[in-house]
Amino acid sequence: MTDHLQLYEVFIRSRRGLDHKHVGSLHADDPEQALEYARDVYTRRGEGVSIWVVASRNITASQESDCESFYDPLDDKPYRHAAMYELPEGVDSL
Amino acid sequence: MKGLSDTARFVVRLGDDSLIMGHRVSEWASRAPFLEEDLGLTNVALDFVGRARMFYQYAAEIVGGGCTEDTFAFQRDVRDFTNLLLVELPRGDFAFTIARQFLYDAYISPYFGALKNSTDARLSAIAGKAGKETTYHLRRGREWMLRLGDGTTESHERMQKALDELWGYTAELFEVDALEESLISEGVAVDSRLLREQWLSTVSTTLGEATLQVPTTAWSVNGGRTGYHTESLGYLLAELQFMQRAYPGLRW
Repeated sequence: MTDHLQLYEVFIRSRRGLDHKHVGSLHADDPEQALEYARDVYTRRGEGVSIWVVASRNITASQESDCESFYDPLDDKPYRHAAMYELPEGVDSL
Repeated sequence: MKGLSDTARFVVRLGDDSLIMGHRVSEWASRAPFLEEDLGLTNVALDFVGRARMFYQYAAEIVGGGCTEDTFAFQRDVRDFTNLLLVELPRGDFAFTIARQFLYDAYISPYFGALKNSTDARLSAIAGKAGKETTYHLRRGREWMLRLGDGTTESHERMQKALDELWGYTAELFEVDALEESLISEGVAVDSRLLREQWLSTVSTTLGEATLQVPTTAWSVNGGRTGYHTESLGYLLAELQFMQRAYPGLRW
């Protein structure tokens, strides 16, 4: 029954959250309907205060085969990590 | 249910509309066209049942004694129910369900808007709460009307047929009897006659956008408020009330 529908990815920002987090996907006829279904499917228990939906086909994803060239070269560059950096007071969300 | 005060009888009417509508929508659970819509519809059904509980709980407090919300939902027969005929009609196909919901939400939205100003603080509070979810129901319904009305030839035909079948039941939404007259004069109830123009405007605008015709049905029926129902309400109650009838006082 969902042949004619498109897949959408759903992102929700929770009440105390600072960013939208991916929570799942759903089928809908258009973005407006996707937004409403996201409300009905993913915020039934007060999970969020803001919703984003995006058509899954608009997402370009890296592939498993990209891993070697994408991430392995970073293994020997520890100086890129800010692990030794002391956070100034008042900066909580870095 | 004899001997109820005017306010209690009025509150029960609102509860009956909500419960019966909620039950009809709940019949779609697990049967909707696809999963997302199934959840959407059952959310709406739950909103309506929750609303029925708020009205029945209030009515039960007015009545007092051993009366509870369940007394109203499970221990009355067809003739004691005072819901509008519109809400009890069998769910029909998906177009019929959506059209009925839209026609009702377009009515109850301004109704709750006005009921928020009721001199009865409890009714005003319930109207405030229910009004918010109604705004969402109406938005959902409007979009489905557009999608189906201005969709395929088949969806258009089914939607127009549903509207034509339902139209004769909408006159009852805007009728006021002696009970409501007296509560309107006390500022408790809403004069639904004053809402018809707004309702017709909401409905006509959406139907126009959806390439649907506003029906020109000549007939209209009423009777729900006085307990004269269509044959389908008895069957609905048989299912709704079975457990409490078979096992009185049963609890989860």
